[in-house]
Amino acid sequence: MIDWIVILQAGVASGTVLLFAAIGGIMTERSGVMNLGIEGMMLIGAMTAYKTAVVLGQPWLGLLLAMLAAGALSLLHAVVSIHLQADQVVSGLAINFVGIGLSMVLGEGLSKAGAVSLLPSITLPLVSDIPILGPILFTNHNPMTYVGYVLTPAAWFYINRTRPGLHLRAVGEHPAAADALGINVYRLRYRYVFVGGLLAGLAGGTISLAVSPGWFSELTTSGQGWIAVGLVIFAQWNPWRAAAGAYMFGALRRLILDLQGPQTLLWFANPFYYMPKLGFFLQMLPYALVILILFIGSREALKKRMGAPAALGVPYIRGERGL
Amino acid sequence: MPDITQPPDSTATSHFAVEMRGIVKRFPGVLANDHTDFTLKRGEVHALLGENGAGKSTLMNILAGLYKPDAGAILVNGQPVHFNSPRDAIAAGLGMVHQHFMLVPTQTVTENIILGLSEPRFFLPMAELDRRILALQEQYGLKVDPKAKIWQLSVGEQQRVEILKMLYRGAKVLIMDEPTAVLTPQEVEELFVTLRAMVARGHSIIFISHKLDEVLAISNRITVLRQGRVTAAGIPAQGTTKTQLAQLMVGREVVFTIDKQPCRPGEVVLAVEDVCAENDRGLPALRHFSIRVRAGEIVGIAGVAGNGQSELAQVITGLRRCSCGRVMIAGEDVANQAPHAAIQRRVAYIPEDRHGVGSSPGLSLADNLIMKNHREPPISNGWVLNLPMIRRQANQLKDQYNIMAPSVDVQARLLSGGNLQKAILAREMSAGPRLIIAVQPTRGLDVGAIEAVHHALLKERDRGTAILLISEELEEIMALSDRIVGIYEGQHMGELKAEEATLTKIGLMMAGTPQGDVAGRVNNVGELTG
Repeated sequence: MIDWIVILQAGVASGTVLLFAAIGGIMTERSGVMNLGIEGMMLIGAMTAYKTAVVLGQPWLGLLLAMLAAGALSLLHAVVSIHLQADQVVSGLAINFVGIGLSMVLGEGLSKAGAVSLLPSITLPLVSDIPILGPILFTNHNPMTYVGYVLTPAAWFYINRTRPGLHLRAVGEHPAAADALGINVYRLRYRYVFVGGLLAGLAGGTISLAVSPGWFSELTTSGQGWIAVGLVIFAQWNPWRAAAGAYMFGALRRLILDLQGPQTLLWFANPFYYMPKLGFFLQMLPYALVILILFIGSREALKKRMGAPAALGVPYIRGERGL
Repeated sequence: MPDITQPPDSTATSHFAVEMRGIVKRFPGVLANDHTDFTLKRGEVHALLGENGAGKSTLMNILAGLYKPDAGAILVNGQPVHFNSPRDAIAAGLGMVHQHFMLVPTQTVTENIILGLSEPRFFLPMAELDRRILALQEQYGLKVDPKAKIWQLSVGEQQRVEILKMLYRGAKVLIMDEPTAVLTPQEVEELFVTLRAMVARGHSIIFISHKLDEVLAISNRITVLRQGRVTAAGIPAQGTTKTQLAQLMVGREVVFTIDKQPCRPGEVVLAVEDVCAENDRGLPALRHFSIRVRAGEIVGIAGVAGNGQSELAQVITGLRRCSCGRVMIAGEDVANQAPHAAIQRRVAYIPEDRHGVGSSPGLSLADNLIMKNHREPPISNGWVLNLPMIRRQANQLKDQYNIMAPSVDVQARLLSGGNLQKAILAREMSAGPRLIIAVQPTRGLDVGAIEAVHHALLKERDRGTAILLISEELEEIMALSDRIVGIYEGQHMGELKAEEATLTKIGLMMAGTPQGDVAGRVNNVGELTG
């Protein structure tokens, strides 16, 4: 029997990870800088958070350090792609390798750590009594899930209804116009690449300290950073759509696992139970979808139709003659 | 030549809104401003006239805080000022409306106007801001919906947003860089009404242009620049003639008319029939557009930028797909075929975008010159390029078309706009075209280069080549074309013969009012498909 409540509840929890990473990606890309390094940044975050929890027994400090570590890595991407005006795709891929390599080295032996203090589980009073929604959204979740509920509207409001958000959009759409009005394009791009790094780090820390606790080297994030990259495009750079996509992907991951459990599905023999290899096929599907989304994202005309920031991926150089 | 140059009025500084004294600005290899003086009285429209590259824009970019002068002084209301950024200039009450609008297309009018301001601090009270901008519009008669996104606006409306942006910042002096270049004649009239309203409210306006009629129509005084030097300092517009101004601008007598042989049209070379296409945003750019061009005639397309002209040229040359219709070149349908199909049928293309489409900026001049015939002998045998032959041919074209470059090995991106355009012309014309698609062939070129391009096109026409000319310079369209077709939102707005075309009629077509032989286009199609 498939328990939909459990699947959706787990989907919300693991979707939060994707949500953090995708909203970070949206912030970065809205400023005009492509961010393909999310996976590497998440891994650094996951390793840092878990190591802090193991060594110091401080999960909250772990989350903070995870954000800073991934933030530091993102600044490397910022220097290379903003100041040195390198190809942002290449820089993003390189950041991935740096992130993966560094976390493997620094995370050596972490997987054998014993009991580790993790983030607590919290059930909110009153709202958890709401039928159906209560158990899914407000019962036995780690605190980061609740942060995620607040983050989506906050990010949307920040981007669309505040002065700094207006500047963020202008820098990603038409940096020359922003520059002509005295907005510091480089400073803002640095800021939002860093914000993207912080959120990717938080996503990583949330994995290793709460959603699927532990350190399993590169399998800790198992490509979720790439799903986040796809989500940013799928969401058309809009936090609400990103949230919808993130929770959907989260639930899908859990559903795929649970599908292999029961012997019958809807009164028929369950093919996933009798042929476990089919499960692997299902597990592949989200990543195949990401490839499809990235394909769309790389087609210039399609990208314009999707509403990508016009200056996305284009380094800004103030013209020597004319702007 | 009468000596019109006179020292700037040096009495009481107080009635000058702006004074620029002895401004020098060097760019690598170019002296853009050579001890240039300029004064602006309060409450006047002062035209700054000069050819492309005369140093007008550089001088004004200095005044707007974008460039720093190498020498010289700037005084605003009699006080010396030093600008480190556009922000400083805006704070001193100077606002520049750039030729290429500095607007964020995906944002609303209000968002664009308040962009970069420190007020409001964090939250944006959009309703309140919209109201404030409406009130400002009311004062100056500049109507545009504050909630509209920029990409939804016409070019004229976008220009109003740029002006509002500066007024909202409290600019007392407005620098308008070639403001009429993108407008229809009717929109130019509206702009002039606005400018007069602003002057009446105590603003001063610097009007940069190279169009003599407009300068004489709007300005109180005129300053002319040539090669970075002042050739006329603030002469009154009244009593000055077009010929005088042209002479001051160019330094020699200018002939305003082009000698044209009578047109002897031959068979139809290009027939675009009922074509629909989308622009990059996926919106309709061409709506059932038809046109045909015969051998030995020039057909001009008149339209405000962004009404489907670029897309039309791209559909014909195979650079854009069309969703319906046919593109017949010499009787064969090439619609939705690769650009090679058009090249094989000897179609020459002078694109709008010289650096992106017309040339490969990182390759040498020689490589750019053989880009179209590199497949064929004697340039190559299909695999191996014949380098000595390439150099020989490139040098020959360089001399023949008077391309100023140190050698044919120089990178194309290092050529000036005029010389790059000559190189593109050389490549396209030397292939002996049957059809030429020329898009903005003289944009940004100086008078000498413009003459060369015009002569080259007319020579091809007399040789029996069919030419489709797409230009936003109405004078160019009127001077060269044998027939003029208006385009508006991708639709055919009618056709005028050269002799019956007037600025007003063309302007109406450009603004969406069909003129002249509208019914004729339908017949044309029927005749061809039959």
